[in-house]
Amino acid sequence: MNAPAYNFAYLDEQTKRMIRRAILKAIAIPGYQVPFASREMPMPYGWGTGGVQVTAAILGPHDVLKVIDQGSDDTTNAISIRKFFAKTAGVATTTSTEEATVIQTRHRIPETSLHANQVLVYQVPIPEPLRFLEPRETETRRMHALAEYGLMHVKLYEDIARFGHIATAYAYPVKVNARYVMDPSPTPKFDNPKMDNCPALQLFGAGREKRIYAIPPYTQVVSLDFEDHPFEPYRFNAPCALCGAENSYLDEIVTDDKGSRMFVCSDTDYCEGRQAAGHHGALSAAPYKDKAQGEAQAEAQGKENG
Amino acid sequence: MYVAVKGGERAIENAHRLLANARRGDQGVAEVSLDQISEQLGLAVDRVMSEGSLYDRELAALAIKQARGDLIEAIFLVRAFRATLPRFGASEPVNTGAMRVRRRVSATFKDIPGGQILGPTFDYTHRLLDPSLAEGFVPEAPATSEASSAATPRVTDILGRDGLIETSPQAEDGASVGDLTREPLNFPADRDLRLQNLARGDEGFLLAMGYSTQRGYGRNHPFVGEIRFGDVEVEFAAEEVGFAVPLGSIELTECQMVNQFKGSATEAPCFTRGYGLAFGQSERKTMSMALVDRALRARELGEEAGAPAQDEEFVLSHSDNVQATGFVEHLKLPHYVDFQSELGLLRKLRKEFAEASAEANAPDAMKEAAE
Repeated sequence: MNAPAYNFAYLDEQTKRMIRRAILKAIAIPGYQVPFASREMPMPYGWGTGGVQVTAAILGPHDVLKVIDQGSDDTTNAISIRKFFAKTAGVATTTSTEEATVIQTRHRIPETSLHANQVLVYQVPIPEPLRFLEPRETETRRMHALAEYGLMHVKLYEDIARFGHIATAYAYPVKVNARYVMDPSPTPKFDNPKMDNCPALQLFGAGREKRIYAIPPYTQVVSLDFEDHPFEPYRFNAPCALCGAENSYLDEIVTDDKGSRMFVCSDTDYCEGRQAAGHHGALSAAPYKDKAQGEAQAEAQGKENG
Repeated sequence: MYVAVKGGERAIENAHRLLANARRGDQGVAEVSLDQISEQLGLAVDRVMSEGSLYDRELAALAIKQARGDLIEAIFLVRAFRATLPRFGASEPVNTGAMRVRRRVSATFKDIPGGQILGPTFDYTHRLLDPSLAEGFVPEAPATSEASSAATPRVTDILGRDGLIETSPQAEDGASVGDLTREPLNFPADRDLRLQNLARGDEGFLLAMGYSTQRGYGRNHPFVGEIRFGDVEVEFAAEEVGFAVPLGSIELTECQMVNQFKGSATEAPCFTRGYGLAFGQSERKTMSMALVDRALRARELGEEAGAPAQDEEFVLSHSDNVQATGFVEHLKLPHYVDFQSELGLLRKLRKEFAEASAEANAPDAMKEAAE
């Protein structure tokens, strides 16, 4: 039997070179979707194969990798991808946004501001912002080439006519560098302003759809809107129940079957950092009062799940 | 009380351990061997090799065992391994006309040079569950006779000699073959890429698409010109040697559909072709593939093209079961961040709706309405 042997960060060097070329092209044309010969990865399509390929292509032995899903380092798929690179590349991993040099993310941008020399790698399911208006790739490529974005504005206008608001809550379309309309991946629109003029390089990988695109550092990124209906980020109006943050994106957690809810930071690193710095929320006493107790609970949960 | 979403790492490990146990099943029952899978579940192995795009019975059997018999999962395992293999070139085109035929049937002619050969087939079996197969069944030895030395030319070649069927498109000598696993697929796709996509495509998807053409969604009047299954030599032109060297032989099934004719003011009418090819004995797959291949040629042949099976972007973008299953199943990954955003919007819209209807139902408004 052919026993497999794998290269640093899994992909062979030829494949990495092909992906790096696509990345360079993507950086040169901000917001433009570059087709690339996406490989079959050892995790399923739709589970971050695009992001994983981009990360594999840019990762060096001295990088420090952070992987988040829904803002959290501890969701199962984030753990799975982090372990994949720890195993195949042997790189250092971290949960700290500050310390990471490469951050792979699904559905969130960290709350802590990114700095230069960091790369944020997004996992993208459907890279084409016009896809749900026009299903044909041949058509949408033509529309991008001609910067023919009227259809998108009509859609946003129809939302306003029907609902009184633009009814897009996540994957909210942006215009990059005043040229290409781009899908920011299914991040909540709360995160859109963070993409604008960001010091870090932002790379987007869509494995199944075989596309890579990029926002170079310090590039203008504008959320589409109208003068009389300006873009407004949504955030549930409450402080985080654990760290008291007033400006972070919140997860809603159902705590019983009687309608009780609690709202906590979706960015776990940010939330834990604030708690370590002495910030408290209304319910912070419960799981974090005693670290050992929190771990015991986690372990119990792990056993149940297992 | 709220339990942070910690402990995922241990949960994953435990889940995988449990999976390993579930896969093994009752350890009092003998373990199934790769040879057993390869020999006794041969058609499953054929399908995994075809849609996994890797001709290796042993690895396909391993994948089936590892996937607990879930063939799409097995195909995925094979594909992920295949993606890491180096490419050192493309083989010479295989000559299916020189196939060592084990089965060969034509629905267009009663008798053909070389004869009709039924071979191992479910056709004409009565689908009655057979309890004698449950255990210890020893089949009667197969009937044998002298091997015929007669050539078995392809039926479509016989039709082609009289010009009754369009000539099969020939690539120029030395032209490279497209590979959609190395270059992203663009539309319109050339024939090589279309056939590669269909050969890797999900059998069930192609079956449904092919079936739809028979029921009137893009009908193209197919006849099975020929289905043949057997062994074919694979040769590789090694530059250092200067000639083609045989690599070995593989089992292939080929289906050539003969379809409704076309003609024009300048061209005499002739039948058209649909083509299917797969590893192993995969008749349903190759027949479906041939129907869909022909349907996708609608535009090329100047036919009206409005049916789903005739829509190239639709068919070629959705035929791959590894892609499809990944994206469908990713819905079980957490989406609570986006869902929260949607909840927020929906609550806002509902609040505005409630306020607006409260206003409309206020006494003042009712009075106005009465006036």
